[in-house]
Amino acid sequence: MNIAPIYRREMKSYFSTPIAYVFIVIFLLLAGVFAFYVGGFFPRGQADLETFFAWHPWLYLFLAPALGMRLWAEERKTGTFELLLTLPVSMGDVVMGKFMAAWTMIGISLALTFPMWVTVNILGDPDNGVILLSYIGSFLMAGAYLAVSACISAATRNQVIAFVIAVSLCFAFLLLGFPLILDFFRPWMPESVVAVLGTLGFLQHFQSIIRGVLDLRDVLYFTTFIALWLYAGAWVVDHRRS
Amino acid sequence: MTPEIQARNLIKTFGRITAVDDVSFMVHSGEILGFLGPNGAGKTTTMRLLTGYLRPDGGQAVVCGTGMSSDPVKAKSFLGYLPEGAPLYPEMTPAAFLKFAGAARGMKGSRLSDRIEEVGDLVHLTQVWHQPVETLSKGFKRRLGLAQAILHDPQVLILDEPTDGLDPNQKAEVRDLVRRLSRSKAIIISTHILEEVDAVCDRAIIINEGRIVADGTPAELEALSEYHNAVSITLSSGRENDLADLLGKLPSVRNIELSDEGNGGKQILVIPEDGRAILHEVARILGGGGFEVDGFRQERGRLDEVFRKLTTGIQSHRQEGKP
Repeated sequence: MNIAPIYRREMKSYFSTPIAYVFIVIFLLLAGVFAFYVGGFFPRGQADLETFFAWHPWLYLFLAPALGMRLWAEERKTGTFELLLTLPVSMGDVVMGKFMAAWTMIGISLALTFPMWVTVNILGDPDNGVILLSYIGSFLMAGAYLAVSACISAATRNQVIAFVIAVSLCFAFLLLGFPLILDFFRPWMPESVVAVLGTLGFLQHFQSIIRGVLDLRDVLYFTTFIALWLYAGAWVVDHRRS
Repeated sequence: MTPEIQARNLIKTFGRITAVDDVSFMVHSGEILGFLGPNGAGKTTTMRLLTGYLRPDGGQAVVCGTGMSSDPVKAKSFLGYLPEGAPLYPEMTPAAFLKFAGAARGMKGSRLSDRIEEVGDLVHLTQVWHQPVETLSKGFKRRLGLAQAILHDPQVLILDEPTDGLDPNQKAEVRDLVRRLSRSKAIIISTHILEEVDAVCDRAIIINEGRIVADGTPAELEALSEYHNAVSITLSSGRENDLADLLGKLPSVRNIELSDEGNGGKQILVIPEDGRAILHEVARILGGGGFEVDGFRQERGRLDEVFRKLTTGIQSHRQEGKP
C-alpha cells in the first residue's frame, strides 16, 4: 500500500488553490441556511439536529459531484494522468488516495459544523448518541456520493459533463426507493428486481441512521456501495488510458 | 549482459489504426537510443507502451528483466519518464512536486531532500523553487519534468522530446545533461530534430507508420544517404562547367550537382555510385586539370535526406542532372 503520497498531494492541491476554502465556506453556509431557514430549526422548538442532518442528502447532491468532478478529469486535461500512471504505484492506491483526500475535505467541513452541536447542547438536552450517529451516517453518505462522482470523472475529460452526469446519477440513487425512480424501472424489469432496487436508495438508509437506529445493515450498505463504485472507478481509469 | 530495455514485438492498435506494428529493439546500459520519425509515426505510443501507460495489444515491454504486464509496479520503479509536453501539476511548486514524485517512488527523509537539492542544482531550478508551476516559463517546466524523471536515479530513462520548445542554449544544456547521465543508464530520447541524433545518440531508430524502417549508429544511417562519400568542391575560377564535364566521365560517379555559392563562387557536388569512395579520383582530376579550388570536402551523408527517403519513399533532389 502506497496511498500516502497521492493523498498528501491531493490535500496540498486543495489547500494551495481556493478549492478547499470555497468548498468549506459554501458547505457551512448552505448547511446553516438549510437548517435554520428551510428546515425551521428554531420554530420546531426541539433540542436536536434532525433538521440539520435531514438536508444533508440535498447538500451533498451538488457539493460532492463538484468536488469529485475534477479528480480525474483535471489530470487528463493537464496530462498529469500519464505521469501518475507511470509512477510505481498501483491503480488501487491512486484511486484510494484521491478518494480519501476528497472525503477528508467533506469530513473537515462536517467537523466544522460543531457550533450546531454546541448550540443545541446549550439550548437543551439533546441525545448526543443520536447526533454522533448522524454525523457518522452523514459522512458515510457523502462517501457514497463521492465514489459515484469519482467514477464518472474518470470517464470523461470534460468537468462539466462529469458534474452533470454525477449529479443525475446521485439523484437517482438518492431517491431510488421512491416511485419517481422506481416507475422508470417497473415497465421493463421484473417486479422482484424493482423491489430490491427499492431498498437501495440513499435516503431510506440515511433516514434510519439519523433517527438514531443503529442498524449495521445501513453502515454495511454505504461501505459496500463506496467499495463497488471505487472498484468501478479503478476499472474505468484502467481502461480509458488514452 | 541483459539489456535494460527490451521491446518485444510490440503492437498497439487504436480502432482500425495500427499505431505500433511489431516493433522490437533493445537498449543496453550506457547507450543512448534516438527515436526518430515524422509526427504520428508511433514514437510516443511506443514510449507509452515501454513505460506502462498503455497496454500493448501484442508483444511485451521488459524493463530491467521485469515484464511491464506481469509486474507493472516493479517494472515502473526502474523507470524515469518525461512524457510528451512535460505535464505537471500547475498549482504545485517545483519543491513540492519533486517531493511528491520522490515519495511516490518510495524515497523519504534526508535521502529525498538531499537528492531533490542535488537534482535542482543539476537542472538549474533553484531560482524558481517556490513559484507555482503555472507561472514558470516553458524552459523551467521542461527542466522540472526532467528533474522528476532523474530524481530517483533510475536505470532506465525515457524522454519524449526533451528539448522541444527550448532555446538553443537550453537545448545544448539538456543534451549535455543526458550525455553525462548516460554512463550508467539506458536512455531513449525521441526527437524530430536530426542534429540531436548526431549530437547525443549512440544509435538511432527511424520509425514510420508504426514500423521500424532503420536501426543503426548515426554514421550507419548517414551511409544510407545518396550523399554518403560525395565530394563537394568549391571554386571561383569560372571553369566549373569544364570540371563538371571531366568529373562526369568518371565511371564511379553517378550524378553531379552544381550550385551557386554567392560571391561568384560555385559549388560542385560529386555523388558516387552506391556510396563508393571517390575522393582520390576526384583529387587526381583536380590536380591534373590545374583547377584552383577554394574548398574540398568529403560528405558523410545527410541524415535529413535518409530520414525523408525512409519515411516518405521520396528521394530528395537538388538536381541539375548528370551532364
